[in-house]
Amino acid sequence: METLIEFFTFKYPNIKYVLFGSILLAVSSAIVGCFTFLKKKALVGDVVSHAVLPGICLSFLFSSQVLKLPEKNPFILLFGAFVTGWLSIVVIDNVVKKTKLKEDTATGLSLSVFFGVGILLMTYIQKQGGSSQTGLDSFLFGKAASLVGDDLILFGFIAVFLIAVVILLFKEFKLVSFDSSFAQTIGYPVKALDLILTTLTVLAVVSGIQAVGVVLMAAMLITPAAAARFWTDNLQKMIYLAAGFGAFSGTIGAFISYVAPSMPTGPWIVMVVSLVAMASFFLAPKKGILFKVLKRKKIQKMILEENILKLFFQLGENENNFEQARSISNILEKRPFKLKKLNWALQKLKAQGYLTKENDLWKLTKEGYNKGKRVVKLHRLWEVYLTQYLRIAPDHVHDDAERIEHIITPELEKKLESLLNFPNKDPHESNIPY
Amino acid sequence: MIEQTENIAVEIHDLSVSYDRKPVLWGIDLTIPEGALVGIVGPNGAGKSTLIKSIMGLIPLNSGYARIFGKDLSEIRERLSYVPQRESVDWDFPTSVKEVVLMGRYKKIGLFKRPRKADLDATMSALESVGMQDFASRQISQLSGGQQQRVFLARALAQQADLYFMDEPFAGVDAATEKAIFNILLEMSQQGKTVVVVHHDLQSVKKYFDWLILLNLRLVASGKTENIFKKELLEEAYGGKLTLLTEVGDLIKKEEFPGREE
Repeated sequence: METLIEFFTFKYPNIKYVLFGSILLAVSSAIVGCFTFLKKKALVGDVVSHAVLPGICLSFLFSSQVLKLPEKNPFILLFGAFVTGWLSIVVIDNVVKKTKLKEDTATGLSLSVFFGVGILLMTYIQKQGGSSQTGLDSFLFGKAASLVGDDLILFGFIAVFLIAVVILLFKEFKLVSFDSSFAQTIGYPVKALDLILTTLTVLAVVSGIQAVGVVLMAAMLITPAAAARFWTDNLQKMIYLAAGFGAFSGTIGAFISYVAPSMPTGPWIVMVVSLVAMASFFLAPKKGILFKVLKRKKIQKMILEENILKLFFQLGENENNFEQARSISNILEKRPFKLKKLNWALQKLKAQGYLTKENDLWKLTKEGYNKGKRVVKLHRLWEVYLTQYLRIAPDHVHDDAERIEHIITPELEKKLESLLNFPNKDPHESNIPY
Repeated sequence: MIEQTENIAVEIHDLSVSYDRKPVLWGIDLTIPEGALVGIVGPNGAGKSTLIKSIMGLIPLNSGYARIFGKDLSEIRERLSYVPQRESVDWDFPTSVKEVVLMGRYKKIGLFKRPRKADLDATMSALESVGMQDFASRQISQLSGGQQQRVFLARALAQQADLYFMDEPFAGVDAATEKAIFNILLEMSQQGKTVVVVHHDLQSVKKYFDWLILLNLRLVASGKTENIFKKELLEEAYGGKLTLLTEVGDLIKKEEFPGREE
């Protein structure tokens, strides 16, 4: 608790830098990443983040060997990063245009070539020795703690710039992401807009690498967007959510690395945002896995209940006595339900008022009778429909009807009845009850 | 047979187009009359979509030009509307029906600006014309194929253009929707709009269109439907492909042969 207060009251100025730096970079890359994600260019983020490494190394060499600067200058480094990051996208576009290679190959090619050159240069710089290059390997996996005042101001400018451009061009970006040929036909500058979007992506990556590192930066672009997509179908809300996820992971990442000084900030930010994404995949309403599993369970229960009522109706039909009370073994004789599930479902049907229980014997209520009758009717009507309209042999229609009888809505029921004109018999000569 | 017209909406002159060096349209020369409901018909791979895309400036031309109401495309975009094939976009995109139709107003709104109240009014009335007003707030992934097509049509109507190019608006829609869409096209044409439709189904050609363009890599015929919808011409368009033409096209692609204007 004490550390929590320490952290959020910014007891040390360094906390402020790291926290605001982390939030700024996470939010701005999440916002830009939404469009990268929707344009299905997720891998481009990965390429750019790897391709900035040679740029950083080259500008480091330039500033230390040509300009003889004693310290690494963030502005020169980021400029170099921006140039090679940009170049990697130009390479992809041209390889696709000028050769027979497809985009995935060109993407992989560009990534590995640029990253390879980057590693080569970095190894060379490290072998050279010298004190100031030590900060350089923080670009590989990131080191948020190395964010100092000047860097933060620079990143702050970049982040504000990114967000401002997205706000200004929101409508335009939406259109080119959704339907770029339509945008072209109404005379929108599609090429320029694509160019701006690419530039924003490169800028977002460049502003994030010092804190998160080239290897993990792609996650900062794509993961918040992917997570947000699970929660909403509205682009604006999706962007707000992605930004929120970004800010949240930036804060938590910075906090963890503050509590445990040996923990790196960047990878923790990525960890947190990945957890957020995983939670979204599982928990999001409608699209989440949990929601789907629960829905399936619910449907299975409904099918079981309807099958029991159907069974009571069929037994009553056979004996021409729907008032008869029946024991559990009576039911199991006719159809082998699992005992535990059967007991559970019988209790529930009683609670719902479809069955009554007396001395361990079960009986249909009026409502239960109607419900069972409806399922039997739908089953037989569907069999008629299959034989008449799909010309399926009568001995092949039962299994399908077992399933369809549970899904037909009252509207479809009406349509089915009038289409078949209320037939009396199903293909197996059983009466259809109305 | 190529019939010319007096009051020209579209004039295409010596238009040739290639995909990846391979020629897919050879020297198209035709005119389309104003106010006509025009069908572009031909077998698969005949270059029907390519023709309207190249008129809309989506594909670079190898040679020739298209003039619309006597003007260059860039001067007249506001009077033009293009309805792409339904499958050309991702219907899982996080947006609503209303927002897609509103895109039809983007040219009038202009860059950097927000939609005005009038644009929202135009959006709603376009949705009403296609009978989709109740779906305005619906997420687009929840639409059926026919509804998606109506949304695209509404977006085109919201553009309030004079000339419409539509790529297979009847593809994959049920009979009722097809009829509804046709009625909208008919109404547009009665209001003096020119509507050009890439079409697949020969059965309905005679009923739907008053002007017909038969295409199969080259222009087979163009003119009033009653003059063009003839057995010999249809056979020429659908029957034996010009294999020599296809082979020469393949050769141009393979041999890195220069195009006409290189």
